[in-house]
Parts: sequence; C-alpha cells; structure tokens
Amino acid sequence: MANLLDAYAEIVGRDVIDQLHQLAGPLRDKRVVHVNSTRLGGGVAELLEKHVPLTRELGIETHWEVITGNALFYQCTKNFHNGLQGKTVNMPADWLRNFEETNAFNADQLRPILSDADIVFIHDPQPAPLLRYLPERKGKWVWRCHIDVNRPNRVIWRYLRSFVAGYDASIFSLAAFAQPLPHTQYLIPPSIDPLSDKNIDLPEDEIDGVCERFGIDRERPVILQVSRFDRFKDPAGVIEAYRIAKHFLPEIQLVLAGGTATDDPEGDAVLAEVRLAADGDPDVHILLLPPDAHRTINALQRAADLAVQKSLREGFGLTVTEALWKGKPVIGGDTGGIRLQVIDHHTGFLVNTPEGAALRIRYLLHDRRKIEEMGQKARQFVRDNFLITRHLREYLTLMVSVLHAAGERIELAGDIRVRGQ
Amino acid sequence: MDNHASGAMPFIVNDCALLAIATGKRAQNLKELRDHLLTIHPGSIYFHFWGNLLHPRFDEPEYNNDFAAWARHGLHDKVLAERLSVVDPNSYGTLDELRQELIEIIEQRLDEREVLAWAQPDQQFEFIRAITVVFRTDLQFFTPEKLAARIRQMSVSSVFYHFIDAKRRNENHLDDFRNWLESFGERYQSLYQSLAQVDPYFTSLTDLREELATIFSGCLCEVGHG
Repeated sequence: MANLLDAYAEIVGRDVIDQLHQLAGPLRDKRVVHVNSTRLGGGVAELLEKHVPLTRELGIETHWEVITGNALFYQCTKNFHNGLQGKTVNMPADWLRNFEETNAFNADQLRPILSDADIVFIHDPQPAPLLRYLPERKGKWVWRCHIDVNRPNRVIWRYLRSFVAGYDASIFSLAAFAQPLPHTQYLIPPSIDPLSDKNIDLPEDEIDGVCERFGIDRERPVILQVSRFDRFKDPAGVIEAYRIAKHFLPEIQLVLAGGTATDDPEGDAVLAEVRLAADGDPDVHILLLPPDAHRTINALQRAADLAVQKSLREGFGLTVTEALWKGKPVIGGDTGGIRLQVIDHHTGFLVNTPEGAALRIRYLLHDRRKIEEMGQKARQFVRDNFLITRHLREYLTLMVSVLHAAGERIELAGDIRVRGQ
Repeated sequence: MDNHASGAMPFIVNDCALLAIATGKRAQNLKELRDHLLTIHPGSIYFHFWGNLLHPRFDEPEYNNDFAAWARHGLHDKVLAERLSVVDPNSYGTLDELRQELIEIIEQRLDEREVLAWAQPDQQFEFIRAITVVFRTDLQFFTPEKLAARIRQMSVSSVFYHFIDAKRRNENHLDDFRNWLESFGERYQSLYQSLAQVDPYFTSLTDLREELATIFSGCLCEVGHG
C-alpha cells in the first residue's frame, strides 16, 4: 500500500501525482471522514476502497465510517435509490420513521469522529440525515450524490431535500443531475480505477480461457454490450443491430453480458424478451454473470473487437469508460454521460437507432485500422479525463474550496488569498 | 560563466485546478439562452469559452466554444453555430463585452427565425462556472534560458494558468511570460513580440505548450548569437 501512488504514476505520469501532492499540501493538518452505508460491494465502496488510502498516502488524515441499519432500513433506502432515478415507489410512514431513527442512532455512535472532523463527505441518501443529529459539528459537510437524479420522483426528492439542504455543499456527477439547493453544487464525473480487477491488464491466456468457457470464437469478430438486462439499456435493440450487420458480416458474434437483477422485478421479463429475440442464434451469447465477476467482464471487454452501449437513457455509463480504457471504440446511445465519452469519429460513434448501430458496426469491422486508431485515442482520452487520479484531484480541489470562502479563485501559492467573492 | 541576463524576480511556476460548479441555470431554447446570458455570472461565460481546454476534448473540436456546439447539436441551427463559433474571446477587453456580443448574435438570429427551435429535455444548455485553485509547483527560473529548457515539463494546466488565465487576471491583459520578460528591459524583445503573436484559442494546451517551447528556444538562440 505504501507505493500505491507510485503504481498510478506508472500509468498516468509522475507529473499528475506531483500535482496531487502539491494540492494536498494545505490539507495535511486536516481530518477528513467519509461515511457511506456499506464497506463491500457497490460503486461507492469500490471508490472509497481506493480514495481513502490514496488521500492518506498524500498525508491527509482520512477515515471511512459505515452506518448500520436493519433490513427495513435497507429496503427503504433501496426505494430511495429507485425513486431518485425516477421510479414510482411505495414509502410507508413507519419506513421513514425507521430511516430517521437509524440515522439518529448512527449519529450517536459516530458523534466523536464526525463532530471534530474538518471535512465530512456523506455518500448517497442512506446517511444523509446524520447532519441533522449533529448540530455541534465544527467542519464542513458535503453530500455526494452518486445516483442519476436527472428526473427524480418528486415526492422522494422533496423528502430527501429536507436533509440535504443543510449541507455546506453537494456533489453531482453531471450538470443535468444538479437540483435547486441553497448551496454550491460541484460537478465531479465518476472515474474508473485502472488497477482494479475490472480494468487491470490481463494475460492473454486468461482472456482465452474466459472465451472458451462461454463458447466465444476468438478467430471471429466479437461485439459486446455489458449492462444489466434493463429496457433503458435496449438489449433488444442491440440484437436487432447485430442482425442487420450480420447480413453483411456473417462471421460476427454478439455477447450480451449482464448482472443478475435481483432487485429489479422487470429484469427477468427483459431477460426473457432478450432470449426470445436471440431466437437460439448460436452466435448470440447471453451471459448472466454474478456481481463480482469483474475479471470475467474485463476479459470479455478485452476479447471484444468493439463495444456497444446502446442505452436509451444513461447516467454516466462507466461500462463505456471501461471499454474505452481497453482500447475499444464504443458505439453508444446518444444520451446522458455517453455523450461526454463517445466522440464521433474519435472514440466511437453516437447512434439513435439499431440501424445506426448496425451501420457503425459494419463501418468499423470493414476497416480494422480504424478500430486500432480510435482505440488508441479512446484509451488516451480516458487516461486524461476519467481515471481515479483525476477524480482524486477534483476531491482535493473541492476540499480546498469548501475550507475557504466560496470565492471564484483560491490562491495557495504563497499566502492564501481568495478572490471573486 | 553564465552569459544570461537575470531579471529582478524569478519566474515562479504555478499550477491550477479547475472545478466545475452547476449554476442551476438551463436553457432549452434560444430565448432562454439569451435571457440567462443577460444575468449569468461572468465566470460562466469564461468557462464556456476557455474552461473546456482543461476538460474532455480533442485537438480539433468541431466548435471552439460551448454555445456554438449547443446551437449545432442541441438546436440543430447550423447558421447560429457558425456565427457563434467565430466569436474570438481575445477580441473583447472584458467578459461583459463578450457577453454583449453573444447576446447581439442571438437576438439577430431570433429576429430571423419565425419558429423557435427547442432542444430535447436531455440536451439543454447547462450553464456551468468554475472555481480555480492555484498552487505553487517546485519550479522557479531566474532566466528565460532556464525556463525555455523546462517548458515541455510544465503541466498543461500550468501553461493554461500562465498564458491564458493570466490575460484575464493581469490588469494589463498580458500573459505572465511577457510580464516577466519586461523586467529584463530590451534584451528579450524578439521573444516578447513572438509570444504576443500566439493565438491560444484554436489549439489544444499540449500544442500550445509545444508552440511556446519552440518560440522560446528559437528566440533565445537568436539572443545567444546576437
């Protein structure tokens, strides 16, 4: 762990790591605490697993605390999650009472560390009410929303807003997610970790082994979409695009790799529709993978010739980032965060229909040099913009910002000056 | 023996990090864009012209500012996109003058068109501004020759800070390099003049850094031989 930053320096360059050290300088006497609701599983825990040791290595005292709750609490917060993504959810009064009591209990447990911290990051809705139960806090509190709240269920948002409004600042992943709130809303897109199982370089024989396991022929072109079996990801549209393209390129194979959808009642129905649409085609591989199959997904992404993410609606689309990092052009739906990542003719193509996707599949497979050229650009694009080191730099910048008056410019060079208030 | 001239002060290399902030202002049609432009924080106009240099982009973007890109991709109005794309922020002394120019162009377009074009709900123009945190690096140079030898090692955000941000920050609207060169009197006039010719608007920061490095080494070679 002592050389974690060095390991990243090999990927992003020493200058990027030097920048992190310089930004961290004025934060070295500060105490930072992150709070979320789980230590294992899920994107937030994966992020904190790396962020916390990295900020410690930069010399900032950083803690990670996890709140606990009963089954009802998690059922309630799952509904919050779905509600913030726009779904209609049921929220009985006793669930909300339990939600608030759980937070009051956790506030008592965490009072010593949270009251004294200089900066507290509260991740997602589960621990959002903690702030209300710690009026004696001395530091700055920031609410980090990792969820796509582009069009939230208004009832759910109104309830959560009452807890979030009291924070000193909040963070959203995209400008489109920002909500009317009485404090500064920072915009920090998510990132991927190049050293995680999902993204680390794999030996060729491991990739071969995964393909062999699923009957994928590496001698023939592979088109891959990694996503949950969800209508917004349009897996049926991907099959349609494959069929159109296969008419011209009979050797192509399609892999649809997705997680199990235990919390999504529609998941089984969509999966059944997808199987029906595949109609027993031996070149369509529908893979239902467990949530921890990170290396398997990694291998499939590396085996693919090109990736598709034909979503009809998308938050940020980290599967796009992952594919680009592996040097694969992405044919992506023209929506949400995919637009930030897929740049026509540079890192892939934005499409609106199965026909559009089919055209781009044909175009790219027709000229392998294009795949190679765009793949190199794609990897460099992610290296510059969407790796964990950029994410960390923005967190450090934010910490400096919230600790000073919210001016337009904060000068740490020499005496600290704030301008543009 | 060192044959180089020394200025009164060393050139201290700073770096900067921009962090985007949502203003909460959105436009779905041209009238809304115009109305927000009337009152939006000047930092937001700056961000939509210059901030994208430090954000995801490619060396040859289709349009050089976010307003033009939105006119093309959000409103599908190629005429407006072309008019907005030629607005060069360097030609305006203040951000308010730049703001006025944008409003003029948009109002002209509103007069021309009988139907108001609307963007899709997920393609609204999001007004963003940024805070800038400036911090010191370990680099400082006492002579232009020493600086020239290390320009390629400066981060692109350092280049942004000293060459682009400086023009907004300094009262005389000069970049930091030229302000520093003035402390050497007439000795580096050729370098000073060459830097004045650099247009940073139609380039990437990586290319700008390379251009500066080439100018520094070329002009200093002349000084050395002069």
